[in-house]
Amino acid sequence: MSARTEDGVIIGLEIHVQLNKLHSKLFCSCGLDYHNAPPNTHTCPVCLGLPGSLPVLNRSAVKSAIKVALAMNCEILPQTQFYRKNYYYPDLPKGFQVTQYDYPISVNGYLAIERGDGQGIRRIRINRVHMEEDPGRLVHEGTIDRSKFTLVDYNRAGVPLLEIVTEPDLRSPKEARKFLNKLRNILEYLDVFDGDLDGAIRVDANISLAGGERAEVKNISSYKGAERALSFEIVRQRNVLRRGEVVVQETRHFDELRGVTVSMRTKETEHDYRYFPEPDLVPMRVMDWVPTIRETLPELPEAQRTRFLKDYGITGNHAASLTLDPKLAQFFEDVSAAIDPKLSASWIVDVLKGELNYRDLEIDSFKTADMIEILKLFSDDVVTEKGAITIIRTILDEGGTPDRIVSEKELAKVKEDVVTSAVDEVLSECTDAIADYRCGEAKALNYLVGQVMKKTRGRADPQDARTGLLEKLDSNET
Amino acid sequence: MMSITDVLRRVEEASAEDVVAEHLEQIRKSKFNTFITVAEDQSLKRARLIDSGESKSGGRLSGVPIAIKDNMSTTGIRTTCASHILDGYIPPYDATVVERLYAEGAIVIGKTNMDEFAMGTSTESSYYGPTRNPHNPDCVPGGSSGGSAATVAAGEVAISLGSDTGGSVRCPASFCGVVGLKPTYGAVSRYGLVSYANSLEQIGPIASNVEDVAFLYSIIAGHDPKDSTSVEVDTEIGIDCDVKGLTIGVPAQYFGEGIDPAVESAVWDGIHHLEDEGATYSEVDMPHTDYALAAYYIIAMSEASSNLARFDGMRYGLRTEDKDWSTTFSDVRVLGFGAEVKRRIILGTFSLSTGYHDKYYLKALQVRTLVKQDFDLAFKDVDVLIAPTMPMPAFRIGELVDPLSQYLADVNTVPINLAGVPSVSVPCGSTDGLPIGMQIIGRYFDEPRILGVAAAVERSSQYS
Ligand SMILES: [Zn+2]
Repeated sequence: MSARTEDGVIIGLEIHVQLNKLHSKLFCSCGLDYHNAPPNTHTCPVCLGLPGSLPVLNRSAVKSAIKVALAMNCEILPQTQFYRKNYYYPDLPKGFQVTQYDYPISVNGYLAIERGDGQGIRRIRINRVHMEEDPGRLVHEGTIDRSKFTLVDYNRAGVPLLEIVTEPDLRSPKEARKFLNKLRNILEYLDVFDGDLDGAIRVDANISLAGGERAEVKNISSYKGAERALSFEIVRQRNVLRRGEVVVQETRHFDELRGVTVSMRTKETEHDYRYFPEPDLVPMRVMDWVPTIRETLPELPEAQRTRFLKDYGITGNHAASLTLDPKLAQFFEDVSAAIDPKLSASWIVDVLKGELNYRDLEIDSFKTADMIEILKLFSDDVVTEKGAITIIRTILDEGGTPDRIVSEKELAKVKEDVVTSAVDEVLSECTDAIADYRCGEAKALNYLVGQVMKKTRGRADPQDARTGLLEKLDSNET
Repeated sequence: MMSITDVLRRVEEASAEDVVAEHLEQIRKSKFNTFITVAEDQSLKRARLIDSGESKSGGRLSGVPIAIKDNMSTTGIRTTCASHILDGYIPPYDATVVERLYAEGAIVIGKTNMDEFAMGTSTESSYYGPTRNPHNPDCVPGGSSGGSAATVAAGEVAISLGSDTGGSVRCPASFCGVVGLKPTYGAVSRYGLVSYANSLEQIGPIASNVEDVAFLYSIIAGHDPKDSTSVEVDTEIGIDCDVKGLTIGVPAQYFGEGIDPAVESAVWDGIHHLEDEGATYSEVDMPHTDYALAAYYIIAMSEASSNLARFDGMRYGLRTEDKDWSTTFSDVRVLGFGAEVKRRIILGTFSLSTGYHDKYYLKALQVRTLVKQDFDLAFKDVDVLIAPTMPMPAFRIGELVDPLSQYLADVNTVPINLAGVPSVSVPCGSTDGLPIGMQIIGRYFDEPRILGVAAAVERSSQYS
């Protein structure tokens, strides 16, 4: 293992992500839209492993794998091959998993992340990225301990997975989370992955402290879970060492509900998977595909962030926030074509995103054209800031176009003479406040502004109201 | 024995339904235990559809019944692989070869007996009891496609399909006196063939004569998008039995120790007949033949140990009382697999295990490369190789009980599967009423030529 930091925490990750944006499974034509489907309806002789069925490789999955590998700076091997990993489990319809072993699709990459202590950048080496098939899913009635039986759903069997293995280069749970977030960000930019779907990502982590053996933590199925599991494990291992005991090499299971890791009875010794080349799939030369795939790789988040800073002059926070989601970044670029980029960035990140999150909506629920029109209304002084926000909320809650909302809700800023007459009315009515103002009570002016706003039902620009009041008060007209 | 022409004529004269009914009657009377399942209802139904013109009356095999080895998937007709473990399994899909046969109007009359999971040379390891040799019911029909060869030999059907992993089409063809082809690896789709050893096996046609075998081959061969190891082949094959100028290689190693003298002389007779017709022969050296048998069994058993892992009773087939999954898997496999299958799974698991993988599995793959090289070199000098299919005629049921002695009987057939080249077994004589077969081995995808030579042998033995 490489040099340890003072802290001595060493973490390596083995990440499984589903290429869940593809149309079909890795070796058959069954669809991947099984998440709300009844069990065992997205199956066929191939993914059920019926006697005599044979796998046929989904080439789009290979292309997606190459995309991901390139984005993670990996080397693509000229020839790739599948292997059988032999073991028995009820979720495994063939009694082996088709995966890669020697000759994976790619090796030796890296991803750079910000260090957990904020002191610069750390390069996390990627040992390999390879393809394999997902097993089915076990379903229990109630909890696994109480359930009288196990049901198996093979809808998931054969879903294309990528296994991404890092070197033990991560130094804290925080870095592990940063790495996972960055990975997800890249996968979504490549349009190969939807991280919101159930079971989209599963993480196993190897973790050790200086002076101890490593433990493997399995069953981590969320980004937050990874940080929690690792933090728990550090405390546990530290306590073991503090008591003068040794950390044993073992596999531990992460209990997401309780936030703890539990030892999995290590009775069974190291599995012998008896890997051998899958005779039903021929080795494949993929080298010729690489140049085209490389050319068509989309701009990755990091490059896009840099470009946003340089080309649009927006703040670092806005750029970072916009490039978390490729669709949001695109939305920003479309709006910026018509509206000042800084204004666009601030409205999209600080206002629109919040309103969407509050309603659990995605950026697709808002039209670029509507955003452009709203920002035009705002910059042309037709509506106030508050009016613009009201338009956004109304579109999200009730629908409609900015135009109609402005007229229906009477959001257009009122004309000057209306303000003037409201000022006059307020000044004739609120004599006490005027007296207070004259005695040097500054708050009294705010009260008067409020009264003008009230009379105009919020459509007056507060600045106009204040100016009008001051003019009249200073000229002693009352 | 019947030919396709005979059956087509009978369909023409009477009807497909009559033909199927006659076949069913014949099979019912069979004393050879050739079928595991007779598809009585399905075949009659299909025959009626053909007679009414609703399906495929224009197909090249319209109304012709065919027997399918019971390790190929057939929709609605149970598929057992002659194993207890597949009890009650009725596949929901057709093997590609079956689809292609249906598309030509053929009728699957039933599923033939075989060694359990195609593991054997005698069809004695079937859960459904041994098949008997129509030439002598006390003898085995050979294996593992014993039912498919015996049913043709007994005149119950004109044509059948077998599968050949290490000789399983050619051995029973030789023992039963019929013609059987092991095509080039990749020539025929394996989709729907229950895998025993995927890298070695091919589905092959069996018939009473070379022409029918060639015809059946032309129907089932060719690329299938469902089998990545299948390739496009020229299926419009014409048999040219003119052997003038043909160069034959005779590999000395295939006439080695333990060969029955009657077999040796019958094969030489065949070679001399071809010589009379203008072919020339020379002896060729295939130095790695001696290692082929061991390499074959290691590779086949290794692949089998993995292929047969799916039979756990969870999704189909035999199911024992439910306990925890691991115990139930064990119970099902203990009860469901026969002794020979268990032996091969255990040996295969062993040879893939850490510590033995390099010593056995990898070593066997190296030998395989060398065996291939033997063929490549030989075919630089000669057009075809000729050798005895089996070193002996059919042995008696129960005679070869020691597994090793049965393995040794495959000595001449397995090198062909290791190399992946095609080979056809054709009758060339008999001894004590038992047929003798010789195999004609060709270059990759040279089926037209070896079938042509087989036709020449067939013709010469007819006139002799
Ligand atoms: Zn499927």
